[in-house]
Amino acid sequence: MIDKLVMYLQYPFVRYALIVGILIALCSSLLGVTLVLKRFSFIGDGLSHVAFGAMAIASVLNFTNKMIIVLPVTIISAILLLSGGRKAKIKGDAAIAMISVGALAFGYLLMNLFSTSSNLSGDVCSTLFGSTSILTLTSREVWLCIILSIAVVIIFVLFYNKIFAVTFDEDFSKAVGTKSERYNFLLAAIIAVIIVLAMNLVGSLLISALIIFPALSAMRIFRSFKAVTISSALLSVVCAFVGIIVSILMGTPVGSTIVAVDMLIFGVCCVIGMFTGGVRK
Amino acid sequence: MSLLDIQNVSLGYDSNVILENLNFTVNKGDYLCIVGENGSGKSTLMKTLLNLQDPIKGKIVKGDGLLPNEIGYLPQQTVIQRDFPASVSEIVVSGFQARCGLRPFYNKEEKKLARENMERLGILNLSKHCYRELSGGQQQRVLLARALCATRKLLLLDEPVSGLDPKVTADMYNLIKDLNNDGITIIMISHDISAAIKYASHILHIGSNVFFGTREEYLSSDAGKFFLASEGGVSE
Repeated sequence: MIDKLVMYLQYPFVRYALIVGILIALCSSLLGVTLVLKRFSFIGDGLSHVAFGAMAIASVLNFTNKMIIVLPVTIISAILLLSGGRKAKIKGDAAIAMISVGALAFGYLLMNLFSTSSNLSGDVCSTLFGSTSILTLTSREVWLCIILSIAVVIIFVLFYNKIFAVTFDEDFSKAVGTKSERYNFLLAAIIAVIIVLAMNLVGSLLISALIIFPALSAMRIFRSFKAVTISSALLSVVCAFVGIIVSILMGTPVGSTIVAVDMLIFGVCCVIGMFTGGVRK
Repeated sequence: MSLLDIQNVSLGYDSNVILENLNFTVNKGDYLCIVGENGSGKSTLMKTLLNLQDPIKGKIVKGDGLLPNEIGYLPQQTVIQRDFPASVSEIVVSGFQARCGLRPFYNKEEKKLARENMERLGILNLSKHCYRELSGGQQQRVLLARALCATRKLLLLDEPVSGLDPKVTADMYNLIKDLNNDGITIIMISHDISAAIKYASHILHIGSNVFFGTREEYLSSDAGKFFLASEGGVSE
């Protein structure tokens, strides 16, 4: 077992997958706490479908660098969803569901109409479930991921207190003069970047799991925002690491294995929470 | 000069006017109670005073050196807060968020002031507790301590006793009165007219006929007399 692992770790693509996987797990879990508390758990799902739709457009238009289209479209959708807030005519869950389903259907339609590939369902499947792309990362993509992740972590730490305040009570923040729209914009942009990054790892469908499971697990046990944030980051990193190692050794799909580990940890945290009385529900 | 001077203000949203030509002033040390029926525009007025929305017409003049971020606000509880994992001290210190500006962390002085405010409201022993596990009255004290971190001058309270039992309600009213006696100006939204008459120095009654004046003037006004008749009289 160990021999097999050591052998695999000698391949650069396995090391890349580990680095990228852990970084994405870290970033998505940091924002997960805020998103779950703001009742935006499904935003990961919605935005990743938007990214899928944008990717379809990019492939139809034969862009070599798809990110030029995917990133701006996803960021704009995230801003619309998060900052529309209470003034919007179509709110929260309905808006996310609408954008999510619409973008998915539109993307699939485009790919069908203008398909250049012979294996269409295979393409769609790997975009949605991210089955192999994490194992085909180039060193340039890995560096991009490292830089963006460091940026996300630094921004999160610097604005941690403001993010807490705006999440806990947006009206109070506005009343005392905090520009809460700016922080909603910032959150939206970071989330969009994380989702576009994470599509490589687990694919569109499983991004939500990376965002919500560590946060929910941590909330079972801990009672302060700081403890929940730190522990959800730790849990997420550990789950991603274990998930990737298991998937390499057992030959299972990377994304689903990580999510399975996340779910297992969530179960364990629920039981611990019941005994320590961390949560009542 | 008065802290707040409301001049010919019309309120509403999406071009629906709820209140027209509202005039009143708030001076330092006042205890103003805003009463009125549901839908009369109390919450809209509060949001306008807090700069959360603009008046349709008229203007609100802030005086006496009152800066926009020097209004402490005690909002009604939201659904989000009920299962929010946050400790009491984290919430109280977030009252300083505007004072921080772009500085990322709270400094020693702010943390010390937060502790003092918790002590003043009798919740220092709860500082490590989780907000969602506190009773309704304790939660209101936490939010009040946070509001005190944001201001030394003016507190706006939105239905501060809704959902509290009679004893806790009385405690809360006494606490607010104590803060007022310490020189903090209070504006409170309430549907509890009898408490307004008992504690407030000024009353603004909004609805079909608007009244603004001192408590004594209110009691001898038509609106006040109507209320007294319906209540069967209030002593004092």
